[in-house]
Amino acid sequence: MGTLDIIDTLAGIEPGSALDAIRARRPQARENAQKSYLALFDPVDSSEVSLSERAAVAAFVTGLHGESPVVAFYREKLATSADGAPLLEAIKGEIARGRTSGPYGAYPAGPLSIEDKAGLIYRVSAERRPVLGAKLVAALEHAHLLVFRPRDASSADMKALLAAGWSATGIVTFSQLVAFLSFQVRVVTGLRVLGASLGRTAAGA
Amino acid sequence: MSAANPINPPVVFTQDELGWVSWIDPLPETELTERHFAGLVDRARAKSEYFRLLVRDPEVLEARTRTDKDIFYNVADGLPRAERELAAAATSRYNGCIYCASVHARFASTYSKRRDDVQRLLDEGIKADLGERWNAVVKASVALAATPIAFGPDNIEELRRAGLDDAEIVDVINGASFFNWANRLMLSLGEPSK
Repeated sequence: MGTLDIIDTLAGIEPGSALDAIRARRPQARENAQKSYLALFDPVDSSEVSLSERAAVAAFVTGLHGESPVVAFYREKLATSADGAPLLEAIKGEIARGRTSGPYGAYPAGPLSIEDKAGLIYRVSAERRPVLGAKLVAALEHAHLLVFRPRDASSADMKALLAAGWSATGIVTFSQLVAFLSFQVRVVTGLRVLGASLGRTAAGA
Repeated sequence: MSAANPINPPVVFTQDELGWVSWIDPLPETELTERHFAGLVDRARAKSEYFRLLVRDPEVLEARTRTDKDIFYNVADGLPRAERELAAAATSRYNGCIYCASVHARFASTYSKRRDDVQRLLDEGIKADLGERWNAVVKASVALAATPIAFGPDNIEELRRAGLDDAEIVDVINGASFFNWANRLMLSLGEPSK
């Protein structure tokens, strides 16, 4: 394939390092995390979710997790995507408005209701709606729900996406995108933290 | 909603077997092509509403499925299966995915033979005291699931003190991280039914 492994790149894992050897013990997981990334950002069919929509959602979702090499990577992807660059400032502004702490949300009414936790119900700001467009506005609002309060999701949220012009197939791809990034940003963070601890051990030895 | 909800969703975390009902249309079995079957990986998954929904994007589903299988089923070395399932169950408990928690709590019970401890994780939540090793796995999984991510050097130290080596810690990171993927699909595209 010739493409650099994206998780290794973002986590700073060098060929021949201890973490490289550990990752090599799960070759299918490593190869298919990479294939997931490629299927989402270099898809065989982008008719339901355009490349700039994917880049915009990725920059937003990773930005909501706080600054990291992952955020910088997807911000750059948006900045260099054909129709994405004009969206960059709007996405940055929406990340600042959307940042909070999760997970929160409500359970189905019953014994778990005592664990219900209120939090931000994010909506795109009125002034940025025109530049983003109805479809991307709905996507960002749903992406924020998926990132911070997935247990709040309801069938009404699916109807809102359909009403904003998303097809059922588009919703599946878009949901996979947000969910995959939730995985990727955590693997990268986890491996970076572990890698840093190995570095300290080596330096102290 | 004029009629009563016919789905009968569970209102507590449980190890019982649950169903799952999609909120948007899965592909009908009769419309599946070879591209879709490649995405399903196991042909038998064509019977599942969840997988026939995800197979609307076959390339992503195939890669996701193969990632999942290697993280959880490749037990030639590394963390015991029971503790990978514990990481999945703890992540699901914290994110609030009753369906995912039911499946992976069941697996954790099966592989650990510690059904009562697993049930305490479901009943009492992520603060349940399950002994040093399981506590470290649960705490690390929860720290990874938080947004912003709260996982740090303290989690690594606790896992090491509990006896996990670096490869086992990577299995915790992979297993817990993967359920931040799975939980979001299960919670947002449909709902569990009893």
